[in-house]
Amino acid sequence: MTEEIIIAGFGGQGVLSMGKILAYSGIMQNQEVSWMPSYGPEMRGGTANVTVVLSDERISSPIINSYDTAIILNQQSLDKFEATVKPGGLLIYDPNGITHYPSRKDINIYSIEASEEAGKLGLAKVFNMIVLGGFLKLKPLVKPEFIHKGLEKSLPARHHKLIPENEKAIDIGKTLIKAVHLV
Amino acid sequence: MSDIVTKEQIRRPENLVYSKTKLLTDKALSYCPGCGHGTAHRILMEVIEELNAQEITIGIAPVGCSVLAYEFMNIDMQQAAHGRAPALATAVKRLMPEKIVFTYQGDGDLAAIGTAETIHACNRGENITIIFINNGIYGMTGGQMAPTTLPNMKASTCPYGRDVTTMGNPLRMTELVAQLPGVHFVTRQAVHTPSAVRKAKKALRKAFDLQKENKGLTFVEIVSNCNSGWKMTPVQSNKWMEENMFPFYPLGDIKVDGQLVK
Amino acid sequence: MKELKLMKGNEAVAEAAIRAGCDGYFGYPITPQSEIMEYLMYQDPQKTTGMVVLQAESEVAAINMVYGGASCGKKVMTSSSSPGISLKQEGISYIAGAELPCLIVNIVRGGPGLGTIQPSQSDYFQSTKGGGHGDYRLIVLAPSSVQEMADFAGLGFDLAFKYRNPVLILGDGVIGQMMEKVELDEFKPRWTEEEIRRNTPWSTMGKLNNRERNIITSLDLDSHKQEKHVAHLRDKYLEIEKNEVRYEEFQCEDAEYLIVAYGSSARISQKAVELARAKGIKVGLLRPITLFPFPKKPLLNYVGKIKGILTVEMSLGQMIEDVKLAVECKVKVEHFGRFGGIIPTPDEVVVALEKQIIGG
Repeated sequence: MTEEIIIAGFGGQGVLSMGKILAYSGIMQNQEVSWMPSYGPEMRGGTANVTVVLSDERISSPIINSYDTAIILNQQSLDKFEATVKPGGLLIYDPNGITHYPSRKDINIYSIEASEEAGKLGLAKVFNMIVLGGFLKLKPLVKPEFIHKGLEKSLPARHHKLIPENEKAIDIGKTLIKAVHLV
Repeated sequence: MSDIVTKEQIRRPENLVYSKTKLLTDKALSYCPGCGHGTAHRILMEVIEELNAQEITIGIAPVGCSVLAYEFMNIDMQQAAHGRAPALATAVKRLMPEKIVFTYQGDGDLAAIGTAETIHACNRGENITIIFINNGIYGMTGGQMAPTTLPNMKASTCPYGRDVTTMGNPLRMTELVAQLPGVHFVTRQAVHTPSAVRKAKKALRKAFDLQKENKGLTFVEIVSNCNSGWKMTPVQSNKWMEENMFPFYPLGDIKVDGQLVK
Repeated sequence: MKELKLMKGNEAVAEAAIRAGCDGYFGYPITPQSEIMEYLMYQDPQKTTGMVVLQAESEVAAINMVYGGASCGKKVMTSSSSPGISLKQEGISYIAGAELPCLIVNIVRGGPGLGTIQPSQSDYFQSTKGGGHGDYRLIVLAPSSVQEMADFAGLGFDLAFKYRNPVLILGDGVIGQMMEKVELDEFKPRWTEEEIRRNTPWSTMGKLNNRERNIITSLDLDSHKQEKHVAHLRDKYLEIEKNEVRYEEFQCEDAEYLIVAYGSSARISQKAVELARAKGIKVGLLRPITLFPFPKKPLLNYVGKIKGILTVEMSLGQMIEDVKLAVECKVKVEHFGRFGGIIPTPDEVVVALEKQIIGG
């Protein structure tokens, strides 16, 4: 198994940390992982993205131009990455702020109203975990116990008290994910 | 012929009043006759010997006339790139705080190309001793203008005299670093007369004593002559130094016990 | 026991340096490698291993602090990115001339000038052909994974002390910024003063009365002596070329074509090999791990066995010159690269292979 994922959105949406928690969880499950961010001034309030690869084998390139899954959290990222999803691949997007919806017919498209739900539930800080939950519902690559360990590893000890809230958000995400178009 | 005194007769033990410190090597000094570097080397090494610190002292030589200081000082020495001696000394002292560390730098090295290294080592209050030989000229490269060259003073790159309107003013680096809180003791000395030598040696001793007490950076400027560069005899150059250099670079303590001398 | 972590390359080399018994780090911030000093300052190893971490006033000061520390037989290092490494060249030349061991990390960004902060490999010439003034070489290690960033800290110090020569870890923005799984070595204690005096009898730790003084200098005004010194350096570099060549081959056994790439370009090229093989193209990858010494002989061995070589670099083509020299121009060698901070994609590499080597 090799899963090549792009996660993209605004800086501050937790794009990088979502990728990091996913990658750390992969390690806990004894997988090979890579996490390659965009970096530099473009992240300051601009777009941020991270490529995460999970694999049972040694990972060749951490830089890729087509993905099994794209997790998209703003319009710019949707415009940039929709075309990079492999045919038959998966695109997940949060419709908040989206005006031009994805139009490809050869990929599976899901939406997740994570930011709206996070706002309602007062869970803005773990918005990214809601999205991750939606992804894990569709592709349960990492078992919940390893997600738990991944959270332990990637959050500093002083934030470990927030792990239950993160896990709750993942569970909420699993209920929110909705199919928009299926191949 | 019996009235001619032989060398052997002179060198009788009862006639000996001075012996060279073992911390100077037997290598002939490469400095011009009349230059102050030799005396500065001697009193520096005498102080290290008096402190019995030769086994724990590391000296950093600069680029300039004293680039070969390591040939004459019989201790472990490093030779820095031009201006960088305070950076080397910083690392040596940080990595081995129990050692005694000094830099020995000329005016071009310390006050021109190494300005940043000097000011920042001073500002961090590194526990090192900086010995600054200021003769207002680039001696080794043949008498070019230095940052400390006096107004209207001639040098090969200011053959009509230093015009401060186009060449800048001489830099009083010693007064400048004295402003920094990390610097504990700052003094300006000379080595052109026996009494000046005695005072300069006392100042060096004080600087190293303070280093041993981890008081912060100690900075000893020695205003010196450069008879070759100034195109004078040694005697003329000392007189010129007293009449011209000392008014601009007055001798004496500038900062003591971390307080500026009023 | 080895410890498993998810780390950035920048963090991994910093952590591994602490664990390798590093005595001192001296640096100045520059993107994309500032995490190295940030990580070290956060870990505060002065309190645990006694390692000194100091933010210098400039890259120039930082490399000269390394010069001072290395002169004392200490395990010292610095890191920077391309423009900062240019500033360090004076100090590196002195360190090489004075034959001192140290570790330098360059997380390359696109140039020339201030260029871009994005990944690049355009410092190959500077790294492998000297960089500063004078006849000298650095030992250049090119990590292509976070694991190698960690491994090469210890290896770098070992080689640096073995040959009394600066070692450069040549990474790039990808290697520095990406996170991967890394297995960390156990902590090695720093050398004691007695160990340093024994291991580095040349070091300036203070002249004990029972020995002659030690002098660290790169100066010799007597040209005959200087010539002898440079000849000694040459002999040392030849010895390094004989002993220390490191490289890795991927799917080369039956290869008709070869891609030669190092660092992150090798990772991208490995993926390109997988894609090309899926299309039926018999291509392999040779990844130089040491850029100096360069794997000349292993490449020469491919002469007669392969039809062409594509070098993939994030530059206008620098390593390609060493590849051409290695195969003595007996095989067609072409360069493919993106530059200015643009990273080539595996697909682009396959297209270049088809166009420039197979079809060309």
